[in-house]
Amino acid sequence: MRAIQDLGFAVLRFVVDLGALTVFTLHVIRATLVPPWRLRLFVDELFKLGVLSLVIICVCGLAVGMVLGLQGYNTLVRFGAAESLGAVVGLTLVRELGPVLTALLATGRAGSATAAEIGTMVATEQLDGLRMMSVDPIDLVVAPKALAMIAVLPLLSALFIVCGLAGGYLVGVGLMGLDGGNYLASLQSAVDFHDDILGSLLKALIFGVLIGLIATYRGYHAAPTSAGVSAATTSTVVVASVSILIFDYFVTALWGV
Amino acid sequence: MSALSATASPHVELSHVRMAFGTREVLRDLSCRFPRDRISVILGGSGSGKSTLLRTVGGLVRPQSGSVMVDGEDITKLSESELYRVRQKLGMMFQHGALLDSLTVFDNLAFPLREHTRLDRRAIADAVHVCVEAVGLQNVDGLLPGQLSGGMVKRVALARAIIGEPVILLCDEPFSGLDPISARRIESLLIDINKNRGVTLIVVSHSIPSTMRMADHVVVLLSDGVVEGSPADLQRSTDPRIIAFLSDGEDPSITAPDDLPGTTARGAIPASPERAAALK
Repeated sequence: MRAIQDLGFAVLRFVVDLGALTVFTLHVIRATLVPPWRLRLFVDELFKLGVLSLVIICVCGLAVGMVLGLQGYNTLVRFGAAESLGAVVGLTLVRELGPVLTALLATGRAGSATAAEIGTMVATEQLDGLRMMSVDPIDLVVAPKALAMIAVLPLLSALFIVCGLAGGYLVGVGLMGLDGGNYLASLQSAVDFHDDILGSLLKALIFGVLIGLIATYRGYHAAPTSAGVSAATTSTVVVASVSILIFDYFVTALWGV
Repeated sequence: MSALSATASPHVELSHVRMAFGTREVLRDLSCRFPRDRISVILGGSGSGKSTLLRTVGGLVRPQSGSVMVDGEDITKLSESELYRVRQKLGMMFQHGALLDSLTVFDNLAFPLREHTRLDRRAIADAVHVCVEAVGLQNVDGLLPGQLSGGMVKRVALARAIIGEPVILLCDEPFSGLDPISARRIESLLIDINKNRGVTLIVVSHSIPSTMRMADHVVVLLSDGVVEGSPADLQRSTDPRIIAFLSDGEDPSITAPDDLPGTTARGAIPASPERAAALK
């Protein structure tokens, strides 16, 4: 009986949360479309979420590409298809690992920071202070952060993929002695601009929307205590990560990206 | 509710307000008035709902029932965007300042003017410096809120609350955590703002001495209702709970009754007119 009650509460909470997130999303969209537009704040957020994530994205992209190169070569060489390493690394990175790993990294680095920053503003009454000055916190604080996340994720994903391809090249050509021209030719013939590259960017864009909204929503609705901020940060990472993986499946299944 | 005196025309009036957070009822059928151009002080034990009352007046929380008239308008019926219009008449000094911690003192003070006026840079800078001087600060323009002392934060918060020239100023515990000199300075500033600018002040405070010095009107939140009146009315009261409150804990022979919010003290209360007279 108790288990059924708990399940009922969990379902109700999920539905309430979903409704609140929808209202929040509409509010963010309205703040985005209606002036004043906070261009300077948007650019500041692009810097914080994008530029400050460059190092981690490049390093991780390179490492993932090198691992893919190594694993791919060892597998392909058994079938005498080592020349296809460029295609394997390219397709894996462009279709899946690039957008998904970038999104997970961005969740851990920028998403958690966004939730913590907004949550702290809630705890220290800064958002209430804005309301009392007749300034909508969603317009001033939330919308620039959410939009910057949406704008920045496809760019970070593209950078991750480029670094990954370079990592695969380093291992395949530099270590394993494959021909560099073959690596690039196989990559070029396998990766289609429309189906793969644009699809990859679309995935990253969808993940950017997810992270931007979940991080700002969790921060905005954080309990005004240090424990509340901590919970908002944790739940941002958990909910966004799980959502990214679930949405990845559906986007792949529905659109074949 | 028992009214100890008739009040002047109200600038803010709450009628039968009920406010609960989940199952916890903070304000129960609360009705009180805050007269125009006067200093009103809200007293009550910890957890009695003083700050919630102030936030209700600011529209930061919506009561489950009842009406909140602010400058002739029932704000409980307004949407959030309509509330922004009403809030332009209000200023609020938060207990911990609520300054934007990524902005300098200058930018914090200039912020409301940049948002709501078409003043040029020079006019904004002049207005900021007038306010900074009014609260007795200098050379703080480039400092971040994290670099200020508690008293300075309160004064910057007060300056930000008045820079938009509000007609009603809400102050949440402006003297808490301050040394006596800083507290007196804030108190003088508040009195000055009321007398010279004609601003209606609603102040939440725990300080009985400053309440008696500055208040024209006092609202005491009790567990079973509200008592309001002038400081003199309260001092004449024979209500044991009011007497306990006004004693400010200085007289150990006076202990609070069980139902006094925020207290756990037990014991008999010598509720006599003599005691009230002794407290004057």
